[in-house]
Amino acid sequence: MQEAVGIAGHHAREAGATRIRMIRVRIGESSGVVREALEFAFEAVTEGTMAEGAALDIEVTPTICHCAGCASEFKPANVFRECPSCGSLSTDIVQGMELELTSLEVT
Amino acid sequence: MCDTCGCGIVDSYAVDGVPTSSGAPTDSEHSHDGDQDHRHVHIHASLLGKNDRIAERNRGHLMEKGVAAINMVSSPGAGKTALIERTLRDAVDTMKAGVIVGDLATDNDAKRLSATQAPVVQITTGTVCHLDADMVAHAMPRLDLDALDLLIIENVGNLVCPAGYDLGEDARVVLMSVTEGEDKPAKYPTMFRTADVVVITKVDMAEPARFDREAALNCIHRVAPDAAVIELSAVTGEGMEAWHEYLAQRLHRR
Repeated sequence: MQEAVGIAGHHAREAGATRIRMIRVRIGESSGVVREALEFAFEAVTEGTMAEGAALDIEVTPTICHCAGCASEFKPANVFRECPSCGSLSTDIVQGMELELTSLEVT
Repeated sequence: MCDTCGCGIVDSYAVDGVPTSSGAPTDSEHSHDGDQDHRHVHIHASLLGKNDRIAERNRGHLMEKGVAAINMVSSPGAGKTALIERTLRDAVDTMKAGVIVGDLATDNDAKRLSATQAPVVQITTGTVCHLDADMVAHAMPRLDLDALDLLIIENVGNLVCPAGYDLGEDARVVLMSVTEGEDKPAKYPTMFRTADVVVITKVDMAEPARFDREAALNCIHRVAPDAAVIELSAVTGEGMEAWHEYLAQRLHRR
């Protein structure tokens, strides 16, 4: 989260802004990141920075796996990434591991 | 993971007791609220991008030196240090290994491992529950990489946060002991999913622990279908041969 605020500050300054009003992040469902923890950390690390008081917008992207056997994509039902059509286990997560800073609102 | 639980806030850590600052950026400038309209700034940057870049640099540096690197992760007490100790003793004549060991505090593990005569660097992370690529980059120059075949990185005992931090390793080794429960991989899928090899430790205690081997293997396979599985005991030596074979395969040809 500190890294997010650092990157955000860099981009905001580059855009000639003095305050960050909103930080948008995208986190994958399988990234291991917990929304509540992110929100808690956000408040702590923005204190005393140009992002103090900014809103945090979290977009959670669902996990999508690719099944090599069926050459299709599916949403796993649980932590085991079992293809619902053929039952084989996927090792290829095509979406759901994101941990990205997507955009800012600045003034 | 840490970027999120707030424990990603790295203030300072020490390499062999020497404090190192992460140079975390702080920003104290405050401006008055203006009446300007909000502007939108597109970024699309990975939050672990900086760590990943440093990890890639570590990997390149190690490759150039012909050193294979493994990142060993597990919950506290799963037997990382015991396995490394045994590995170093067994392989004293066949391979040159160095160790970077991470703990929140104390250099107990470094002392323990130094008794094997292998070069050991201790990173004390302070409050941080994982090693990151930058810490490893600071620790690597303390080892004579030209003299090494293998770098063993013993991560902080934690099955959550280290999952997200590439250190520049060639292989990630995730350990689970027979006393931890067969469903550990299902409880910590983010970590086990990244494993190149899962090592089941303390197999000499499987019987008293009523360890259900089949259930464990099945659980590992379902979470990490591509991971190799090695079952061993660092105390009795059972299964150590397979482990050494695995390590030998990882070594770069010089």
